[in-house]
Amino acid sequence: MKTGLTPRQTLALRRHLEAGVPLVSRPYQCLAERINANEDQVLGQMHQWHEQGLFRRVGLVLNHRALGFTANAMLVLDVPDALIDEVGQRLGRAQGITLCYQRPRRLPQWRYNLFCMVHGRQRQQVETRIQQLLDEHLLSDLPHQLLFSTHAFKQCGARFAAPSMGAPCHG
Amino acid sequence: MDLDLLSRQLMDRFQHAMPLCAEPYKAMAVALGCDEAHVLACLHAMDQAGTLSRVGAVFDHRRAGASTLAAFAVPATRLHQVAERVSQYPEVNHNYAREHFYNLWFVVTGPDRPHIQRVLNELEKDTGLTPLDLPMLTAYRIDLGFSLGETP
Repeated sequence: MKTGLTPRQTLALRRHLEAGVPLVSRPYQCLAERINANEDQVLGQMHQWHEQGLFRRVGLVLNHRALGFTANAMLVLDVPDALIDEVGQRLGRAQGITLCYQRPRRLPQWRYNLFCMVHGRQRQQVETRIQQLLDEHLLSDLPHQLLFSTHAFKQCGARFAAPSMGAPCHG
Repeated sequence: MDLDLLSRQLMDRFQHAMPLCAEPYKAMAVALGCDEAHVLACLHAMDQAGTLSRVGAVFDHRRAGASTLAAFAVPATRLHQVAERVSQYPEVNHNYAREHFYNLWFVVTGPDRPHIQRVLNELEKDTGLTPLDLPMLTAYRIDLGFSLGETP
């Protein structure tokens, strides 16, 4: 589908989207005005991106901390390479885990290769939940650590378009 | 109209996906059986309260560019100064202090990997600290929003 947007307009639209969809009745009309295009072109581009799988999701992006989910732990595990996919898939399906990624080891400084995020209202509940998960999946014997966050210096939408013209970030 | 109830419904229904059409807030209102004006008022209130970070697109960084999770082990006395330096980059969207020898963790995103490398090199030069550079290799679960009910 041809949207008729120039590469410059497409890039500008992406930057605006990274900052957020405006909270007005016709948000894509509003975005279209900012990039000197019309609403149909912007909606066409949105559908095209959606079909290409460029969006992970389009919707409400919440601030966990402001909602009272202030206990945020990163669980890191040192999983034998032969088991990483199996363990990753199992933990990835577990309730309460919002992210589960394999990342490289950096020996000797960093031995952990599986990263999970768990959010909760209270630290102790998060610790208990994680211990339950490890027990359930027979992973308690694997070397692992819990890294609780103590302060958020910055938290906003990711910006993949070229920098320096980025829209202001919220939060 | 109960804004607390409505905000809860909006969070439950429209984190993963919202209608992709000219009047998405009206479509959301229809789905919840209320008026568009209520939906917009509620989202504005959530925005003001800080619970809504934004309504927006979360891009898939494997397709939409490059990113990495980086960490510094910063002497405690320098933590705020180094954190501020890191946060200055528009390429950095998350920057957290964590309880660990590696005590500053941040996500760097950019159009491609060389761009990310430049940011990390600059930070290393500026701070005298060597970052851990941990790009994602496999995603077993990606962030699709989260349920207020099921989390501890």
